[in-house]
Amino acid sequence: MGKTITEKILSAHTDTKNFKLGDIIKARVDFAFANDITAPIAIKYFKESGAKQVFDKKRIGLIPDHFTPNKDIKSAEQCKILQKFAQEYEIDHYFEIGRMGIEHTLLPEKGLVLPGEIVVGADSHTDTSGALGAFAIGVGSTDLAAVLALGEVWLRVPSTIKFIYTGKLNKWVGGKDLILYTISQIGVEGANYKVMEFSGEVIKNLSMDNRFTMCNMAIEAGAKTGIIEPDQITLTYLKGRNQRPYQVYQSDSDANYEKIVQIDVTKIEPQVAFPHLPENAKPVNEAKGIKIDQSIIGSCTNGRIEDLRIAAQILKNKKVHPRVRLIIIPATQDVYLQAVKEGLIEIFISSGAAVSTPTCGPCLGGYMGVLAKGEKAISTTNRNFVGRMGHPESEVYLANPAVAAASAIVGEIVNPEEVN
Amino acid sequence: MIIKGKIWKLKDNIDTDVIIPARYLNTSDPQELALHCLEDYDPEFMNKMEQGDIIVAGNNFGCGSSREHAPIALKAAGISCVIAKSFARIFFRNAINIGLPIFESEKVVEECVLGDRLEVNSVEGTIKNLTRGRVYKINPLPKFVQKIILAGGLMEYVKEELGLSSKD
Ligand code: SF4
Repeated sequence: MGKTITEKILSAHTDTKNFKLGDIIKARVDFAFANDITAPIAIKYFKESGAKQVFDKKRIGLIPDHFTPNKDIKSAEQCKILQKFAQEYEIDHYFEIGRMGIEHTLLPEKGLVLPGEIVVGADSHTDTSGALGAFAIGVGSTDLAAVLALGEVWLRVPSTIKFIYTGKLNKWVGGKDLILYTISQIGVEGANYKVMEFSGEVIKNLSMDNRFTMCNMAIEAGAKTGIIEPDQITLTYLKGRNQRPYQVYQSDSDANYEKIVQIDVTKIEPQVAFPHLPENAKPVNEAKGIKIDQSIIGSCTNGRIEDLRIAAQILKNKKVHPRVRLIIIPATQDVYLQAVKEGLIEIFISSGAAVSTPTCGPCLGGYMGVLAKGEKAISTTNRNFVGRMGHPESEVYLANPAVAAASAIVGEIVNPEEVN
Repeated sequence: MIIKGKIWKLKDNIDTDVIIPARYLNTSDPQELALHCLEDYDPEFMNKMEQGDIIVAGNNFGCGSSREHAPIALKAAGISCVIAKSFARIFFRNAINIGLPIFESEKVVEECVLGDRLEVNSVEGTIKNLTRGRVYKINPLPKFVQKIILAGGLMEYVKEELGLSSKD
């Protein structure tokens, strides 16, 4: 019996021979990271353990991204803990404001997480890096503290559901729509404990940016992680970027999958996930006419350069609706700079949008776009839980950047086709 | 490890908000958290339960927010272990990491009722219903997990690994 890419990566990182699905193994970690919310607790536990040093100062990332640039005194204090820890333990990859980005976008971009690796992050959207063919899982702060000290993590060997995407993508349909549609089919618990392996001709032709978006939201179906086999597109992306050598694994053709789900993308239209669960995705036309107060384009899901290009394509020579706030947040400094060079930022500002330095900000209702009672937002982020972006009686509709940009112009949710 | 206790039976999808409501998260002191354990499920729970009691629940126990406070509250309240049909992924990790034993078994959950006394042998992999005289086979906890739980949680295990344990 053949093996999945996940089983191969795990085999290469554990001393346990012949493990079975469901077994618990100890695995070596290639890269570990945490942010301004999760790192302070992990650091506290790490210090309490009496550990003298971290497992490898080159393989740890500390990224203050959630409430930064510091939104208040409390967040400033949290960030200070990261900064001091990085200095004290000579951590190579601490990202100060002005050089940072949203962790899940920043780390792949900097070539710090790589194919075939085990990546552990104290943040649920760590699965994003699965798009590179890494096994990347989100954990809690105690887990991360242990990784900082020992460089290993315990985990239960997961089974895999394989998703095969075939057919032709419709206009304005991208990774976001594929993943929202998929979650709507299997539900928010549909992949609990399991790995979602995305494959098929559609994925083979999908850009890295779109692949990151898909893996990012695997957790929204309860998955342990999402993963995509590395191919030429992956290798091209990594060229000149990777900071370590890496190993590429592929699933065997006779690998054992718990389930194989075939999805014909030809019938998928741009999706909108209604409040208050990501599984409530419907074709955009069914959301048509819903008035919005705010549109957010950004986050670890859709804050990459391709997302901004799509938004600019829609916003060029158009104005944001007078009643609407459009907030655009490039996910990293590199994305921001690239957008400046390509003239995208000028398009955004001319259209009446606010553009911000990289931050999670509004995605978790932190700051930079918190919703008032009764307000509605369309957003390219990944969660639309009750109160996620502000007041418990506000509402978030999840969509791709084209839908979010087009809706900002019209003031209500629309199909991008109508404004283009 | 052998655990004996009488059971409390809970339904499916017990989320971490029910286990420890967000309004008490301004502390991480285990004893204080324990005072409010399962308060939104049954306000009298803490008065009724006894040290060593076992929670038996349905599917997806511990779903929702990833707060580590939830297993901490259960453990500090004196719950000796949780047996459920299934656990939410992050709760599963967190419980083991803080040293709260957990077991999955459909049969035990279906066939026992409130107040039954159970005896769990985590090494052999058996659960005995002492009240009804039935024995169930479960997967014994993996050795590594037993080690963490015996150490008292993941960070205690880390200390042992680093040779810093006060128990040495
Ligand atoms: S952008 Fe949103 S989902 Fe992504 S890491 Fe930040 S808060 Fe989490």
